[in-house]
Amino acid sequence: MLSVNSQKSQKWALIAIALFYLALVLVIPALVVVVEAFRDGIGGFLAALQSRNFQKATELTLIATAITIPLNTLFGLCAAWVIARNRFPGRALLISIIDVPFSISPVVAGLMLVLLYGERIGWLGPLFASMGIKVIFALPGIVLATIFVTLPFVAREVIPVLEDLGPEPEEAARTLGANDWQTFYRVILPNIRWGLIYGVLLTNARALGEFGAVAVVSGSILGRTSTLPIFVEQSYQNYQSVAAFSAALVLAGFGVLMLIGKAILENYYLKKLPSH
Amino acid sequence: MNAFPTPPKWPSILSRITAGLSFPWAFTFFYLGIMLLLPAAAVFTKAIALGPAEFWRIATAPMALSAYNVTFVTAFAAAALNGVMGTLIAWVLVRYDFPGRKIVDAVVDLPFALPTAVAGLALATVYNDQGWVGQWFAPFGIRIAFTRLGVFVAMVFISLPFIIRTLQPVLQELAPEVEEAARSLGATPQQIFMRVILPPLMPPILTGVALGFSRAVGEYGSVVLISSSIPFRDLIAPVLVFQRLEQYDYGGATVIGAVLLLVSLVLLFMINQLQQWGRRYAIR
Amino acid sequence: MGIVVENISKRFGHFQALDQVDLVVPDGKLVALLGPSGSGKSTLLRAIAGLESPDQGKIWINGQEMTHLNVQERQIGFVFQHYALFKHLTVRQNIAFGLEIRKVKGAEVRRRVNELLDLIQLQGLGDRYPAQLSGGQRQRVALARALAVQPQVLLLDEPFGALDAQVRKDLRRWLRDLHHQVNLTSVFVTHDQEEAMEVADEIVIMNEGRIEQVGTPQAVYDNPATPFVMKFVGEVNILPSGLHRTHAQMGSSVFIRPHAIKIQSQPTATSLAATITHVVYRGWGVHVELMLSDRIPLTAQLDRQEWEFLGVDTGETVQVELQEAIAFADGQQQSGNPPLLFR
Repeated sequence: MLSVNSQKSQKWALIAIALFYLALVLVIPALVVVVEAFRDGIGGFLAALQSRNFQKATELTLIATAITIPLNTLFGLCAAWVIARNRFPGRALLISIIDVPFSISPVVAGLMLVLLYGERIGWLGPLFASMGIKVIFALPGIVLATIFVTLPFVAREVIPVLEDLGPEPEEAARTLGANDWQTFYRVILPNIRWGLIYGVLLTNARALGEFGAVAVVSGSILGRTSTLPIFVEQSYQNYQSVAAFSAALVLAGFGVLMLIGKAILENYYLKKLPSH
Repeated sequence: MNAFPTPPKWPSILSRITAGLSFPWAFTFFYLGIMLLLPAAAVFTKAIALGPAEFWRIATAPMALSAYNVTFVTAFAAAALNGVMGTLIAWVLVRYDFPGRKIVDAVVDLPFALPTAVAGLALATVYNDQGWVGQWFAPFGIRIAFTRLGVFVAMVFISLPFIIRTLQPVLQELAPEVEEAARSLGATPQQIFMRVILPPLMPPILTGVALGFSRAVGEYGSVVLISSSIPFRDLIAPVLVFQRLEQYDYGGATVIGAVLLLVSLVLLFMINQLQQWGRRYAIR
Repeated sequence: MGIVVENISKRFGHFQALDQVDLVVPDGKLVALLGPSGSGKSTLLRAIAGLESPDQGKIWINGQEMTHLNVQERQIGFVFQHYALFKHLTVRQNIAFGLEIRKVKGAEVRRRVNELLDLIQLQGLGDRYPAQLSGGQRQRVALARALAVQPQVLLLDEPFGALDAQVRKDLRRWLRDLHHQVNLTSVFVTHDQEEAMEVADEIVIMNEGRIEQVGTPQAVYDNPATPFVMKFVGEVNILPSGLHRTHAQMGSSVFIRPHAIKIQSQPTATSLAATITHVVYRGWGVHVELMLSDRIPLTAQLDRQEWEFLGVDTGETVQVELQEAIAFADGQQQSGNPPLLFR
């Protein structure tokens, strides 16, 4: 039997091991981003943010994210409703298919898009080329890649909330005369909003930070088709350390904001739980 | 419509199609088709078009085999280490109260929140010969960044939260009464751990390890920044796909990409099975 | 007028939820759909509401055919078992929901909501959220919400099912009184026969997707149409037909209500010997559990004075007289109506 003292020392030993491992793997690498971004002082950091290539990359990242979020939100809501409110053959398969983008390599996702839309080799490449639309190595490809890798987030967060809500409030609204849109807007949406916001938050974080899939389809032309994460990599490969870390710090800042948002939502959720 | 007797289960689907698909149904399948299924079909048809012999030749070329080796063995080692350390951290976070516990809990999500390029950049800086951590290993002749060890570190970084986040809710539901019951029956601490605590935790631990492994196998961003991507040394399969594409070798990229895709789908299926196995223990 | 259901059928996969059901609910009546779970009563109610679309058959409400209309167009009020209140809205907002959907003007909405808050006796609680109410209060809000849109009919799906015993009793009396007040054609689903007896003008007894009997509470109790109704409504003893001196040609079982068994100390030509195994005092009455000579259990119900007058106790042997037994022939056809008497 363990004595109370040895139980206590065991507790602190385990805590120490856990903290040491987390520091080594997660915390020190996160800190180095901040330190390296300010290696040339605040001035160096701000100068890096004013470079044209950085601003172009930021712009492209924000555009791709801004297109991705509404589309994937609409899809996530539809798919979540189909899955949570219906029992049909193939339902389990549909859930698995929606999860596919999370389980495959982003590089493979990019490869898929190249093989579909590539100008010379893709199925649809020649079609789009004849219409004068450049998909691969251009904005549409970047958007498609971003949509692909963030596809599951909203659906995954909304399904459990919708299942928890149950079909009765929707039925009640319909018996009271509400049409589909009124039912969605006035009854479903207010009840699933926190799950939805969390799903959008995750979509946003991943869309801003996606690297592999976008790198494959973007052609990575600095100042033209490079997004923020690609800018980080290219600056690093070109030994522009401060530029790389400054952009990395901006991206990390978004990430930390996401974590704070998540913490707030989780606290809010707990308070909002029904009392019965 | 009543004139046609339809087999069970299908009538609802049929009537839905005949009645005109409602918007959520139509949009879900349209969007999935365009965004997911069509691109996936492009890879498979391209791979099939190569013919089995050519496919096999590319898929088993020495450089490809070496890349699989680096990818899968390293990812497995990383997921296994995290299986142990992640379990320990989840235990500490659920069972012990200590100052800063909530912050530590939030820190676990860093790999989800930090873009992979940022993670790779940070790890390459910390674990190179002059880096904060790497400098302590360099005197012993151990290089981490730009070797296979660097690939391992990157994979450890990105797979850690999967184990912890899968295990935490299960640990939270594991009632302390069960341990007390075991103690009242005369079990020693070792027996309690091995026979009472560990068995219900095995499904989530394995699920977490499989999720982490799956993520590590597909990882590109953080690895490409911390490895030198030299074939037969630290070149991973996703980077090889990328390199083939850069060389306009679409056949080579497609075959290795298809192998990775198949492995991912098998892992997805296994993870589903593991999760069902885990649900067996859930008392509802 | 009222509700007319004609030849409605509904399948879920292999499960036949409703099997060619015909039903008429007279105008202004309060009717109970009574049956065990899986009997189709909820499906029937939901089909009337338009929440389920039947595979065949037709539905009229107040003379207008509703079969192909959406829920929204049927002008029904529906009350759900678990209230289905909108958790994000206050009591007032919940009640006002249907009126706002119909674009009723603000002042009129306020007037109607106040009226309904009076009706459900929750005047002070209008600004609370559903989570801050008790179960009984929530169900009253759900009722007010359904009544607010002035529906043609009121449909209630197990309205008291989620409430505890005392609240249930109060609320169903309140519902009966309310119905007298508003006089709206109403149908409610329940699996509790006591509830159906107490509240309904008429009871519809359902089993396996079919209607077994329709009648007033008294009629279904006194003249059950089928063995199922006999078993489901009220307590009953089921005896094998071969029993002493019952009609052997009847083939199936014989049903006897506990109060139709007379206990006496002296044997008569038609009495049977039985041993008292247990006595349960239920305030106003006494339940006597007996065992007939061939190990067949039997429950009799007496009033207190009658029991005390007999002066017997557990373990003693007495004589029982079976009065007003009912038998049904094979094939579920009703043949013992009027009841066969064994005197």
